[in-house]
Amino acid sequence: MSVLIFADQHEGRIRKAAFEAVNYGAKLAAQTGVTATAVALGTCSDEDLKLLGNYGAVKVLHDPNQLLDQFDPSVYAKALLQAADGENAQIIIFSHNFNGKAIAPLISAKLKAGWVAGALALPDNSDGFVVKKSVFSGKAFARVKVLSDKKIISVNPNSFPVEKSGNQAEVTAFNANVQESDFRIKVKSTETLSGSVPLPEADIIVSGGRGLKGPENWGMIEDLAKALGAATACSRPVADAGWRPHHEHVGQTGITVRPNLYIAVGISGAIQHLAGVNGSKNIVVINKDPEAPFFKAADYGIVGDAFEVVPKLTAAVKAFKEKQH
Amino acid sequence: MKILVCISKTPDTTAKITFTDNNTKFNEQGIQFIINPSDEWYALVRALELKEKSGGTVTLISVGGAAYDPVIRKALALGAEDAVRINADSSDSYFVALQIAGFAKDGGYDLIMTGKETIDYNGAGVGGMIAGIMGLPFISLATKLETDGKGEAEFHREIEGGEEICAVKLPVVISCTKGMAEQRIPNMRGIMAARTKPLKVVEPVEAEKLTEIISFELPEAKTGIKTIEADNVEELVRLLHEEAKVI
Ligand SMILES: Cc1cc2nc3c(=O)[nH]c(=O)nc-3n(C[C@H](O)[C@H](O)[C@H](O)COP(=O)(O)OP(=O)(O)OC[C@H]3O[C@@H](n4cnc5c(N)ncnc54)[C@H](O)[C@@H]3O)c2cc1C
Ligand SMILES: Nc1ncnc2c1ncn2[C@@H]1O[C@H](COP(=O)(O)O)[C@@H](O)[C@H]1O
Repeated sequence: MSVLIFADQHEGRIRKAAFEAVNYGAKLAAQTGVTATAVALGTCSDEDLKLLGNYGAVKVLHDPNQLLDQFDPSVYAKALLQAADGENAQIIIFSHNFNGKAIAPLISAKLKAGWVAGALALPDNSDGFVVKKSVFSGKAFARVKVLSDKKIISVNPNSFPVEKSGNQAEVTAFNANVQESDFRIKVKSTETLSGSVPLPEADIIVSGGRGLKGPENWGMIEDLAKALGAATACSRPVADAGWRPHHEHVGQTGITVRPNLYIAVGISGAIQHLAGVNGSKNIVVINKDPEAPFFKAADYGIVGDAFEVVPKLTAAVKAFKEKQH
Repeated sequence: MKILVCISKTPDTTAKITFTDNNTKFNEQGIQFIINPSDEWYALVRALELKEKSGGTVTLISVGGAAYDPVIRKALALGAEDAVRINADSSDSYFVALQIAGFAKDGGYDLIMTGKETIDYNGAGVGGMIAGIMGLPFISLATKLETDGKGEAEFHREIEGGEEICAVKLPVVISCTKGMAEQRIPNMRGIMAARTKPLKVVEPVEAEKLTEIISFELPEAKTGIKTIEADNVEELVRLLHEEAKVI
């Protein structure tokens, strides 16, 4: 028996969110005394596969089939179902990221396995199998009971404390029975924003709102983000106006994020914006209006003009980082 | 082209969320319900645009009780032909997906469109489960969709930190997110017409539920903010390092 964990890779590297999912799955496996088995599909770095052991995987199944370098969720589901069957897995774990959200429902339907989408904690087994997740876009939490024998959990990125060890995993070849003809979705081209951190995985996010006046002023947001090693985000009207790309829009109708640090610059803090960011562990608000509602949700606040404060803050961060080295 | 759009209802985005019955039920008192934003702004509007471009029909489907009807009428006012409501509780994604798949299976739909996720229960599950049940390809989190009128579609989808452009043969199930279309405001004619458009109510098929919410809780309120002077940003850096330990 095992807990099966999908170790999501991108361009040959295991994603940070996948390491978190593996760690979650390993702790769950330890609770119930079964094996934590991670599965990686497609071309993947050997080093990263071994590293999965550090995060608690006891066994790593790897199918290096290059066909799997293209993402068709149905084919990934087919391969993972074979792995789950081979390992006699009762529980399958995903990261609640774009790929996890695409594959998990397909497997849930096939196995009639109840799925907790976006888990925030390990299951509580005191009365059935109950998992805490966020609902109402971050305005509340729910405890969801899974009623089926087989279970699926997707783990919210950045929500779960990761513990590493020096353990090594045994990497085993796995040959899923998938053919070219299984691929119904043909990927024609991929655009990755190279060098930038994907928003849902980011530890630190610098986010800008309408207070920045126009897209030409985003340089200072990017500079601060760069100094902090952060990702950038924005409020909805900023994305709607085309100042920033849609995938940077956070909030109730955008992406939900839970970084360690969220810095909001020139954002008023409307309820729909807060819903998507209030899971952040620390919130810094920079706004010239002391009455801006965002201050009520903040841990640290600066009342001031972003055009003065942000460049100074960037300089201070840089000076601090230099001193550290 | 025949398009089926899955419409769910959610509390208005400004709604204050509270619970009753010892935190086991969402308190609907005084709550305004709206069409789930991504179902309305992206799935439905894009479906209507495709219909306007190349002809066909747009049918709406909802799984829910009679409280859904006003929301379905609002969606009809935007321009769909007709609607179906499957009269059942919609608390479990798999149950909902089975109902919709059951209805869609003999309907000959080229596209089954859903929103990205409901903003209340945030399942993100119904679309993929319909695809899984019906054995159709699943396009998750699409930001653009074009059809060529010959049974092929090209779409863009979100991936972590980027986007992919892909092709697929119809029929497919597609979940829609920002970028797909712009919000539309219904006009008076649409609102009048919606009153008499067919809204068929059908009874659910026997199906199991795989999950159940047993209780809710609200997040803890922030304990208080530390204010830092605008000319003392070094202090913020120090606090972020020493107190918050995030840099
Ligand atoms: C159904 C629905 C869904 C929505 N979903 C979302 C969502 O998901 N995400 C989202 O973000 N919004 C969402 N909204 C919109 C939301 O209600 C707000 O309108 C939006 O968040 C406001 O964006 P903003 O804070 O950037 O702009 P504003 O509200 O215009 O705020 C600008 C802020 O900048 C400050 N400012 C101005 N100049 C400066 C300066 N020089 N220095 C410092 N500060 C300055 C101002 O004091 C003000 O507080 C939604 C709305 C609806 C109706
Ligand atoms: N009760 C429902 N009736 C019809 N469609 C639904 C229902 N619930 C969810 N959907 C559709 O499935 C999508 C994802 O919902 P969810 O899995 O609940 O987050 C929504 O955006 C809707 O398009």
